[in-house]
Amino acid sequence: MKFLPLLFANLTRRKVRTTLTLGSFAVALFLFCLLVTIRAAFNSGIDAAGADRMLVINKVSLIQPLPIAYREKLQRVPGVQDLTYANWFGGVYQDEKNFFAQFAIDADTYRTVYSEFIVPPDQWQAFLADKQGAVIGKATADRYGFKIGDRVPLKGGGFPGDWEFNVRGIYTARRPSDDLTQFWFRWDYLKEKAPPWFANQVGWYTVRIAPGSDAVKVAKSIDEIFANSAWETRTQTESAFMASFAEQMGNVEFLMIAIGSVVFFTLLLVTGNTMATSVRERTGELAILKTVGFTDASVLALVMIESVLLAAIGGALGIAAGKGFTLLGDPTKGMLVAFYLPASGVAAGAALSLSVGVIAGLLPALTAMRLQVVDALRRL
Amino acid sequence: MVQLGTNGNSHLIAARDVAKTYRRGSEELHVLQGVNLAVDKGEFVAFMGPSGSGKTTLLNLLGGLDVPSAGSITVAGDEISRLSRAKLTAWRARHVGFVFQMYNLIPVLSAFRNIELPLLLSPLSGADRRQHVQTVLKVVGLEGRADHKPRELSGGQQQRVAIARAIVADPTFLLCDEPTGDLDRRSADEILDLLERLVSELGKTILMVTHDPRAAERAHATLHLDKGVLTN
Repeated sequence: MKFLPLLFANLTRRKVRTTLTLGSFAVALFLFCLLVTIRAAFNSGIDAAGADRMLVINKVSLIQPLPIAYREKLQRVPGVQDLTYANWFGGVYQDEKNFFAQFAIDADTYRTVYSEFIVPPDQWQAFLADKQGAVIGKATADRYGFKIGDRVPLKGGGFPGDWEFNVRGIYTARRPSDDLTQFWFRWDYLKEKAPPWFANQVGWYTVRIAPGSDAVKVAKSIDEIFANSAWETRTQTESAFMASFAEQMGNVEFLMIAIGSVVFFTLLLVTGNTMATSVRERTGELAILKTVGFTDASVLALVMIESVLLAAIGGALGIAAGKGFTLLGDPTKGMLVAFYLPASGVAAGAALSLSVGVIAGLLPALTAMRLQVVDALRRL
Repeated sequence: MVQLGTNGNSHLIAARDVAKTYRRGSEELHVLQGVNLAVDKGEFVAFMGPSGSGKTTLLNLLGGLDVPSAGSITVAGDEISRLSRAKLTAWRARHVGFVFQMYNLIPVLSAFRNIELPLLLSPLSGADRRQHVQTVLKVVGLEGRADHKPRELSGGQQQRVAIARAIVADPTFLLCDEPTGDLDRRSADEILDLLERLVSELGKTILMVTHDPRAAERAHATLHLDKGVLTN
């Protein structure tokens, strides 16, 4: 603590340089936080995926349906505890730009399988009582200002015609990675209003396996039952499904590592240069510190702390700005289902900042430590 | 008592057959040769001599900023010429106060913080450090200038701050390298008055390098260095 005035004075001696370095840090860490947020958004499905949930889809592709008759057979598969099914709707609210996922769900079973979603009991009862009812994720409700009792018209995509729904509930969830953008309505309403070709088809099944069951074995059992049928299945864990879905969006991980590396090395150069220049300018002062009794180790520590302090302040500013930005909500208006900076991202940003501070400060600090007092005083 | 030879270990500072040689390429520069010196507590000694005669080198050796190539230096019973770099630094903090021609203050720190620097290495509390700094500020007559940065002070005032920094940790002796070299006559006299007072009133021991005969007149004894050899 007693060295703080000295550290602070050194950091503020070249205000413009310090501000520019802090600014570089803040911008870089802001960018880093944004990347982490986007990555988290892409992976939110994987993070939120239930460890005990599996998706049963048509082997040909996700957009091919499966018969509703599979329900009974699936329920009898050893290891399957609960089951639900849903359909992708693909409707448009007012304008094609207003994207949010709409699912026709089996109201009786959906929440048993997806227990992370929270709907107030009275709202859920109202949903069950209204065939045209809809339950909307809080993010989508907030975005479009939907309230309980509102009537929401959707223009059908895969299911032509004009569809109208009554908002009966707004759901929230237990974890920040959970998707709050979905729009649920009743599968029986879809069945009732859809064209004849749709009769008795579902988009996919979600099964929850019993505790202790072997997921691979259960998946194999399911796919074997429907092998060589008209609608063969492909069963995989929800996280594997989400991961393959996220991969379709491109290699975000690689992009993040590439940009992160550029950020890291740029920061290293900027901070290293700042510290090296700062130490070079202060050769005489460092010699004086040693003259009055500061040891080599304490001079090394002073320069290192200064570098780490610079990195910590700049990093904190960037992370705070990044966090603040994510709190403003998804700037893509619904393209990213979960737009939040995870705690692990904050920790990674802090670790990145401190690492840059340590590495960038090391060489100047060693130079300061090795400084020969007599030589330095002679140059004054 | 100041003498060119030494007689036993009773002196505060004793240099015996001290030599310093620098190597420049294949050439050896003998900056100091066979220096013998004894200084007692409370002495005010001036070293004079032409540029390059080894005055500052001798001061650096006596202050533990450098080590002799040969011979030994003993200060207050400590044989400093054989101490490791780390131990020498700790010894310096405890025993030596330095005053330089160009003041060598940290420009971004206030007078108070500059003076406090040597105390940061001590276990003193913040309140104790403050008290020590205020006491020496009074000694050097700068009570009202504690919060001023060096650039806000005159040359004479900056040198007073440097002297305050040199004495704040109550060192065994002071080493002053041309303390009036960058000052006008009036400021120089004030600094010399202050150094004299430190010796006469506070019993400090001062070794001062100077080119100025009027500064040397203030010392109890003046020794001359010429081509690395110390003479009366």
